[in-house]
Amino acid sequence: MTLDRREILRLAGVGCAALAAGVRPADAELAPSPASADSWAVLMDTVACIGCRKCEWACNVENRLSDAPASTFDNLKVVDAPRRPEHDSFTVVNRFRSPADRDHSWTVKLQCMHCADPACASACLVGALAKDQTGPVTYDAWKCIGCRYCMVACPFQIPAYEYNKPVQPQVRKCTFCAPRLAEGRSPACVAICPNEALTFGRRQVVLDAAHTRIQASPGRYFPHVYGESEAGGTSWLYLAPVEFAYTGLPALDDEPIPHHTERIQHAIFKSFVPPLALYGVLGLVMHALRGDNGHQENTSG
Amino acid sequence: MAEHHGPKPVKTPFMSRGTLVLIALALAGGACYLYRMVFGLAAATNLDNQWPWGIWIAIDVASGVALAAGGFTTAALADIFHKEKYHAIVRPALLTAMLGYTFVVIGLLADLGRYYNVWHPMLPSMWQGNSVLFEVGICVMIYLSVLYIEFLPIVAERFMGRVNLPGPLRIFNRVVDSWLIVCHRFLGRFISLFIIAGVVLSCLHQSSLGTLMVIAPTKVHPLWYTPALPALFLMSAIAVGFPMVIFESILASRSFKLRPERELLSGIAMYTPVLLAAYLAVKIADLVERDAVRYVFEGSLQSVMFLIEVGLGVVAPMVILLSKRARNSIAGLFTASSLVIFGVALNRINVFLISYRPLYPEKSYFPSPFEILVTVGLISTLVLVYRAIVMIFPVIAAAPEAAPREVVVTAPASEPEGATR
Repeated sequence: MTLDRREILRLAGVGCAALAAGVRPADAELAPSPASADSWAVLMDTVACIGCRKCEWACNVENRLSDAPASTFDNLKVVDAPRRPEHDSFTVVNRFRSPADRDHSWTVKLQCMHCADPACASACLVGALAKDQTGPVTYDAWKCIGCRYCMVACPFQIPAYEYNKPVQPQVRKCTFCAPRLAEGRSPACVAICPNEALTFGRRQVVLDAAHTRIQASPGRYFPHVYGESEAGGTSWLYLAPVEFAYTGLPALDDEPIPHHTERIQHAIFKSFVPPLALYGVLGLVMHALRGDNGHQENTSG
Repeated sequence: MAEHHGPKPVKTPFMSRGTLVLIALALAGGACYLYRMVFGLAAATNLDNQWPWGIWIAIDVASGVALAAGGFTTAALADIFHKEKYHAIVRPALLTAMLGYTFVVIGLLADLGRYYNVWHPMLPSMWQGNSVLFEVGICVMIYLSVLYIEFLPIVAERFMGRVNLPGPLRIFNRVVDSWLIVCHRFLGRFISLFIIAGVVLSCLHQSSLGTLMVIAPTKVHPLWYTPALPALFLMSAIAVGFPMVIFESILASRSFKLRPERELLSGIAMYTPVLLAAYLAVKIADLVERDAVRYVFEGSLQSVMFLIEVGLGVVAPMVILLSKRARNSIAGLFTASSLVIFGVALNRINVFLISYRPLYPEKSYFPSPFEILVTVGLISTLVLVYRAIVMIFPVIAAAPEAAPREVVVTAPASEPEGATR
């Protein structure tokens, strides 16, 4: 079969057009959140929280994080300087003060938000991080290669790394006490909270409870449930007395973070059509231009 | 080309004052690499939970991959678009890409917390198709294999029919020889399939490397955060391909006292201003489109770095290479190609480090001496291996420096190759 050069170049042109058509935003193909409608959630009420750090202690014991004695957690001064979750502390409580009235303060418990559509899980190249349909974002250390792309991706900057370990370092973060959930128990921090600042339940139920609280005492709460829609929604939800700029929680829009990359990624790799089309186009060009510039060397079509 | 010289192993002593310096740097880097492996990332690096990625990702991996782009751009030019006269530069570019990617992987292993799990993405049970990094990893793995396959004909050409392994290994002479013959025959017929695959794989992962940071919309500075990052990464990789070949070729001819292939280099330098202009146009259009122009002159570290990147690394070499006189002089070619390389490497450093703003910064990041020495050591080792390979295999095609005429370039006492990467 012989095609003349013009014909081949025309085919190549058609191929390029197909390529351009193929590489288009592919919104429809973005996977929905793996979390089921009745997945677990926790509401953190920063107004009810008294900053007692019992949750930090319970978390430490439950996850065997450090051998710090229980008395360490009696020091309530530390909540005044903002802390971040670390590889050996999955949750921390920080105090924030009203800029107008320094005596008016509230305490915010931080831990992994367990996003409905987690950026860390989308980033992870080996699927070590994954969203369980019951709510937790789980980590399988055995799969992990330690690239720390999850830490780059997390919009809440939660995953911490065991940089100090030369071998078997892990990405460490709140597990939502997944093993306890599987046994039908609530997370350790929720179970110990003395002031019902933490409410555990099915996400929709918890969300309804949050809105009921806002309606019942409008002066007490800023009228927004943080996590209801931020970054596509999270399993941990927050109520605050002021706007959330004063809680240390990041301002995020409603788009799930993974959509930013997956839209591009899935457009380029849609059924491998664009890469194969590029291969075909280059093959045709190679064939058509053969012998164009003087001697043919070791190229075969 | 009247005088056509086929590629031959370069005849030059391996040791020189330059190589001694490189060996010292390579040893220092190797010691630091070992230190990181034994004592861990906390001991060797300044990385922390705020700064999960440092120069090993920004320079060794991201810049390394970009600067190895000469391999696929020259292959596309000479083998796919059949500009046959440029065949002389395909082999050096291929070798650079092959070594470049090899050292990208070695650098990456230092950064990975569980480097011994680096093979995990090959297991279908762990495939994660939503991950940009998965795509980059798989493409780089396949492309690295393709590069080694593309290099096989050069090995066959050198040793086919004269395999002479040392000592007791000589019993394998026949086996190795017949294997080389098989490679030669098979690749002689099917090399095109691999060449095209190499170009496709390069386009895929060069662009996806840009997609990586798109997952951090709240952390990456708006001067660089754009969904167009993959397009910009691909365009800049294509633009830096030929300058990298020019840069290396000039350094190699100085170091090996060969006549620079000035005509060829001026030839490929013609494409560079066009490619840079296209890259610059998309970059500016993207800034305007996203209303991010106002950040260019905000006076922050980011804005200064952006201006250096674009002004010195894109606009300046583009203007220089528009001049025919500059294109036809070794000095002009060398200056312009160095600037393009600087610009693209700085772009990768900007995207992965300078633009990265942790949400809760406790301190800023500056690489530790160990991180810097590992990076410098890897680059030095790469140059040494390159030198050894071109002395063993027929890679470089150039005439020995003729005594008279030509803008004679005298070899400096110490080779300035240190910067090759």
